Amino acid sequence: MSLPGPETLELKTSEDVVRARQRVRVCMKDQGFGLVDQTKMVTATSELARNAVDYGLGGTMRIESLEEMGRIGIRLVFLDHGPGIPDIDLALTDGYTSGHGLGLGLGGSKRLVNEFEIWSKPDEGTRVTITRWR
Amino acid sequence: MTKSTSRLNDILEKNEKEILDDWMREQLASGTLRKDLITESELRKQSAELLGLIINATRSGNVTEISGTEWKPVLDFLAATSKTRAAQGFSPVETATFIFSMKQPIFTRLKKEAGSNASVLADEIWVATVLTDKLGLFTAETYQKSREEIIRRQQMELLELSTPVIRIWEGILVLPLIGTLDSSRTQIVMETLLQNIVDTNSGIAIIDITGVPAVDTLVAQHLIKTVSAARLMGAQCIISGIRPQIAQTMVHLGVAFGDVVTKASLADALKYAFRQSGITVT
Repeated sequence: MSLPGPETLELKTSEDVVRARQRVRVCMKDQGFGLVDQTKMVTATSELARNAVDYGLGGTMRIESLEEMGRIGIRLVFLDHGPGIPDIDLALTDGYTSGHGLGLGLGGSKRLVNEFEIWSKPDEGTRVTITRWR
Repeated sequence: MTKSTSRLNDILEKNEKEILDDWMREQLASGTLRKDLITESELRKQSAELLGLIINATRSGNVTEISGTEWKPVLDFLAATSKTRAAQGFSPVETATFIFSMKQPIFTRLKKEAGSNASVLADEIWVATVLTDKLGLFTAETYQKSREEIIRRQQMELLELSTPVIRIWEGILVLPLIGTLDSSRTQIVMETLLQNIVDTNSGIAIIDITGVPAVDTLVAQHLIKTVSAARLMGAQCIISGIRPQIAQTMVHLGVAFGDVVTKASLADALKYAFRQSGITVT
């Protein structure tokens, strides 16, 4: 199977979050992911894209299809150049929020995917990479 | 060059029929004509009318300043035409081509009239180009505006369409949610539901999320707030339509609806609501 090339979407407004979510859903469907996997990844996308818009002052989402050792996967990279996260462990704690949300988005996203990687530096930005394998 | 010495009007008037014929030929051959959306005779009528209006306007001597009052009939006609075309589903290129395909026929006549005087020809062509470009851009702009208008209207319609509150039984309301729950929509949903609880004096409200593709923390938070607000008004909320994939995702996400009653289907929720209100259906 040929893999579609990576593409990058802008994340500036809440409409961009919806667009990112739809793009991820289509991509997962194309790669043959089931409904549960689709919903999990789409929900994680929603959380992380909204974080980039609300806390990261806008950013981008890179979407990439993978094939490794016969496995099919989707990798998403959320990047923003916002204020960054001072304490990542605290941010991953359920119920902690620096805004007005439920404080479950970051930790919840981690539980929804197979691989989760976060990098953040104060005043430089935040990058979250998530991967889900079929 | 408001009062120009351009002979454009003179040439247009003298060659009106030939220009119209050429123009029609250009449009029919352009490949962007939508024969499924407009008939040839209709197009001819529109073209003839526009050309007539342009000739009238150029008669004043003002051939390029389309903001002048003598150009108002032309602009009104173009605005109406591009609005109709936007609504009919013409593309922007197809709409603009209507104007730009006028260039070639006019240039041909100018060339014939100006003869071998290159400098006069260049001047006349420049005037005609400026004029058609301005008219073309005006058409494109009106087209764009009409499209935006259509989109805005559809957005508003969607907003209202997606928030019906149904009184399904005495004292029982159903609110079927469909699509994305962004902040502005949730606000409307919440207001409509709370107002309906008061108006119908209902004790139970079923919020059905079958049509919501993904429940993330923001959607969950909005739902929890709505349920809490309804509870403050003495109404109990039931959340129904939680599909298997949504349930699994919510568990991983760590979202819980607390002590809110949730059901897999609207039918289950209705059954529960009947029991709560002591209604038996036989």
